[in-house]
Amino acid sequence: MRDIAICSFAQRQQAAIPDESEVEFMVPLMVQAKDAVGLTQQDMGFTCSGSSDFLAGQAFSFVSTIDGTGPVPPISESHVEQDGAWALYEAWVKLQCGDVDTAFVYSYGKSSPGSLRDVLATQMDPYYVAPLWPDAFAVEGLAARLLLESGTVSERRLAEIASRSRAHAASNPHAVRRAEKSVDEILAEEYLADPLRPSDIPASADGGCAMVLAAGDRARELCDRPVWIRAIDHRIDAHTLGVRDLTAAMSARIAGEKAGVGADTVDFAELHAPFTTSEAVLIEALGLDDGVVVNPSGGALAAHTMMAAGLIRFGEAFERIARGDGDRAVAHATAGPCLQQNLVAVLEGE
Amino acid sequence: MADDVLTAPLVLEYPFTRTTGPVVGAFLTGLREGVVLGVRRPDGTVLCPPLEYDPITATALGEMVEVASTGTVTSWSWNGAPRAQQPFERNFAWALITLDGADTPMLHAVLVDSPAAMSTGMRVEIRWRDEREGHIADIEGFVPLGSVDGKGF
Repeated sequence: MRDIAICSFAQRQQAAIPDESEVEFMVPLMVQAKDAVGLTQQDMGFTCSGSSDFLAGQAFSFVSTIDGTGPVPPISESHVEQDGAWALYEAWVKLQCGDVDTAFVYSYGKSSPGSLRDVLATQMDPYYVAPLWPDAFAVEGLAARLLLESGTVSERRLAEIASRSRAHAASNPHAVRRAEKSVDEILAEEYLADPLRPSDIPASADGGCAMVLAAGDRARELCDRPVWIRAIDHRIDAHTLGVRDLTAAMSARIAGEKAGVGADTVDFAELHAPFTTSEAVLIEALGLDDGVVVNPSGGALAAHTMMAAGLIRFGEAFERIARGDGDRAVAHATAGPCLQQNLVAVLEGE
Repeated sequence: MADDVLTAPLVLEYPFTRTTGPVVGAFLTGLREGVVLGVRRPDGTVLCPPLEYDPITATALGEMVEVASTGTVTSWSWNGAPRAQQPFERNFAWALITLDGADTPMLHAVLVDSPAAMSTGMRVEIRWRDEREGHIADIEGFVPLGSVDGKGF
């Protein structure tokens, strides 16, 4: 296997970006990520993006954004209708093939024009579930009650996760929900989707991110401290809610084992946990002990940019390691209802 | 010059039809008749709603099994005011409900007035719509067992 590293990262997240199109707010991020390593688009061996035509409401909407990369003369590129973490995975595979040494990855989402909690009903089973339009908060509420009634997690534990996210996010300029709240203040919140409170659900954001990957010595040339992707794996649970254990995230457990999360100590973990309940399940599934700082950025609870929140976990982990605030981290991304799909990587500084 | 511009009609359409197949189709046809069907897995357990393939082994499934219109709530969450597209007219609970005779739960609504009326383990039964068309919303919702003909909701 070739050693592949993250070499630069740029992101933007806001509660809403009403006056700019996706292309308009992505181009400066693309430039920023490339400038950080002194590369142009023509230096990229491969380019892969993640976004949702469905969210944009336009077929092949991602093509406009590719135009924003400056793809002339023609470039080698691909797109995934998935969170950008899966675009990173495709770029990692491409780099493993050995014919290119650099890759550019970006993803973005602008959900503020619609109601994301309703739109997400369309990812459910098209015959049995989607026609009823269960909103995303209510669907997670079903998993939450199973978790609470199993006795493994209490409402106080969920409030502790929410409170910690807010405390961490307070120092993250890209976080949207940055107001600190105590556990008791959170427990005093009215339910939004009983048994979930407002602090249990993600702060929705518009935005995106861009990242440069490189292999081996090329990565060492491009930056002071490459952050190596030591292992990466992704797994998918059954789509139907009723046929899997919503309290266990089996696919996250397997991906974590395959990526070797437990093989050595990790300093922190950036988990794409949209809900407090997701975070509780993931910590258990990945076997993270109390010494691991979880979501030092505040995590997806503090800013959830659909299609980018997973790749941003990789970027947050990269930046922290690159500046020396840790050496080894877990980066995770999820997709689908109730942690259906999970991608887990172990990152390590040079 | 404008008279020289060629024009052609553009009809935006979505000319696709889908068949629901022997398993999903059987389930939906059953709903139209007021009957709920599951499908048997190789281990003898019954998936309801039924899937064409076993979610664990990927074995093709096809033995349809009638299950009851009564069942047990295994989890629930509360939906306040109905959201715009939902086929419900007032607040209700979302629930995972395992029908008697099935081994896996289905997602649907329980039509009660408040979260205080909900609990895991509660027994419920289907309230059917009078006019059914082979659609998941042929089930108007579930109600607490024994109240299907009542005026409770």
